[in-house]
Amino acid sequence: MSIRVILPQHLRNLAKVPKEVVLNVGQPVTMSSLLDTLEEQYPVLKGTIRDSSTSLRRPYVRFFALEADLSNQDFGDPLPDLVVTGEEPLIILGAMAGG
Amino acid sequence: MGIVTAVRLLVGTKKGAFIATSDERRRQWSLKGPFFGGWEVYHIKGSPTDPSRIYASQSTGWFGQIVQRSDNGGESFYTVDNQFAYEDPVGSHLFYDGTERGFEFKRVWHFEPDLSDPDLVYAGAEDAAIFKSIDGGKSWGELSGLRQHATGQTWQPGAGGLCLHTIVMDPRSNGRIFGAISAAGVFRSDDWGSSWRPINRGLLSDGIPDPDAETGHCVHKIAMDPNRPDTLFMQKHWDVMRSDDAGENWYEISGDLPSDFGFVIGVHPHQSDTVYVIPISSDYEHFPPDGRLRVYRSTSGGGQWEPLTKGLPQSNCYVNVLRDAMDIDDLDPSGVYFGTTSGDIYASADSGDSWEPIFSSLPAIYSVEAQRI
Repeated sequence: MSIRVILPQHLRNLAKVPKEVVLNVGQPVTMSSLLDTLEEQYPVLKGTIRDSSTSLRRPYVRFFALEADLSNQDFGDPLPDLVVTGEEPLIILGAMAGG
Repeated sequence: MGIVTAVRLLVGTKKGAFIATSDERRRQWSLKGPFFGGWEVYHIKGSPTDPSRIYASQSTGWFGQIVQRSDNGGESFYTVDNQFAYEDPVGSHLFYDGTERGFEFKRVWHFEPDLSDPDLVYAGAEDAAIFKSIDGGKSWGELSGLRQHATGQTWQPGAGGLCLHTIVMDPRSNGRIFGAISAAGVFRSDDWGSSWRPINRGLLSDGIPDPDAETGHCVHKIAMDPNRPDTLFMQKHWDVMRSDDAGENWYEISGDLPSDFGFVIGVHPHQSDTVYVIPISSDYEHFPPDGRLRVYRSTSGGGQWEPLTKGLPQSNCYVNVLRDAMDIDDLDPSGVYFGTTSGDIYASADSGDSWEPIFSSLPAIYSVEAQRI
């Protein structure tokens, strides 16, 4: 499936990509499989969204879609249908904190 | 026509890296950057044997650690491996409140490229650990003998975290490496980093229960006399110290300094007993005494210090100079450089006799490294 992912500015600059990237993710589409694909396509992003040693979401990274916060959703849960069909993007962003 | 010698300053800041260059007169400077804008660059340093090879530590609290490498003197950078895995048993250290915390990688504070092999580079990390790469940063392995030292479980962080911030290589290729940790102290390896032992005899720290304990000292920076590698100088949290036996014993050389608190210390590359510090008022007043930015130079190996003020602000100056933010080039006369937390870089082309602000209003400066190219 073609999944649309919006990346935060820091990671766009790091990966040298535009704001939105499209990933072809195999079924079932979960946060885990999406991030695996993202890191495979852009290896420079390894460790920036998930901690390299624990594979957990970094504390100040958030996942939003369909005006909902998916940050604490289990990585193995399916993503919403509208994200899976590409009608809506998954937004990855840095939490608002600091200056 | 003579050979044109140039100096390059590698500058790490709170919001990116900058590279300044000059000819050998060191009067006119140009600046490039920011590289990695918006990211913290704790340290950026070049290989002593191949100045075109540069390693930069890029990080944020949001997105973690990135390692950047350049093979062309900073014209361009590319990312290398950013996985710093602690070897089992990972173990724990003490936190500020005395509870146990597992060692956990947070960021690289310092890169130390080998003196002769540009592909060999050491990384000093928070939580305190030392890593080594033999392939130019393509992969990293921990030298776990340091963190797994018997005292490791008692180490506690300083205010900036439990960080290994200084790595010094003995130029005699004898396997000797020094590492300094806040707030554990100085450690030495004599077998290329396999095993380590604390070398803190002579240090006295009122801020710990046993002032002359084997470990627990907040060492801010150490520097080696390159011409006498057994002579080391130290800026401790409080106290400026010296050792003449490779760290086996330390003695105080604070002498007539207006304050012996500070972060930086440096040794003149050609004049063995010439040492530089920048006194800071105290550990709660992180600014120069009396609002006067003064570099102090000793030409007697410590004890007697002269203030160097020409060209430096002598009123209303309330900046700090962090531990990696001063360096000295090896031209003759040597250039001395430092950066402040208010984003100013000062340079002296005459070993400190006079100073000029060469750049101002950069982000807060974390590190300054001088390269001769």
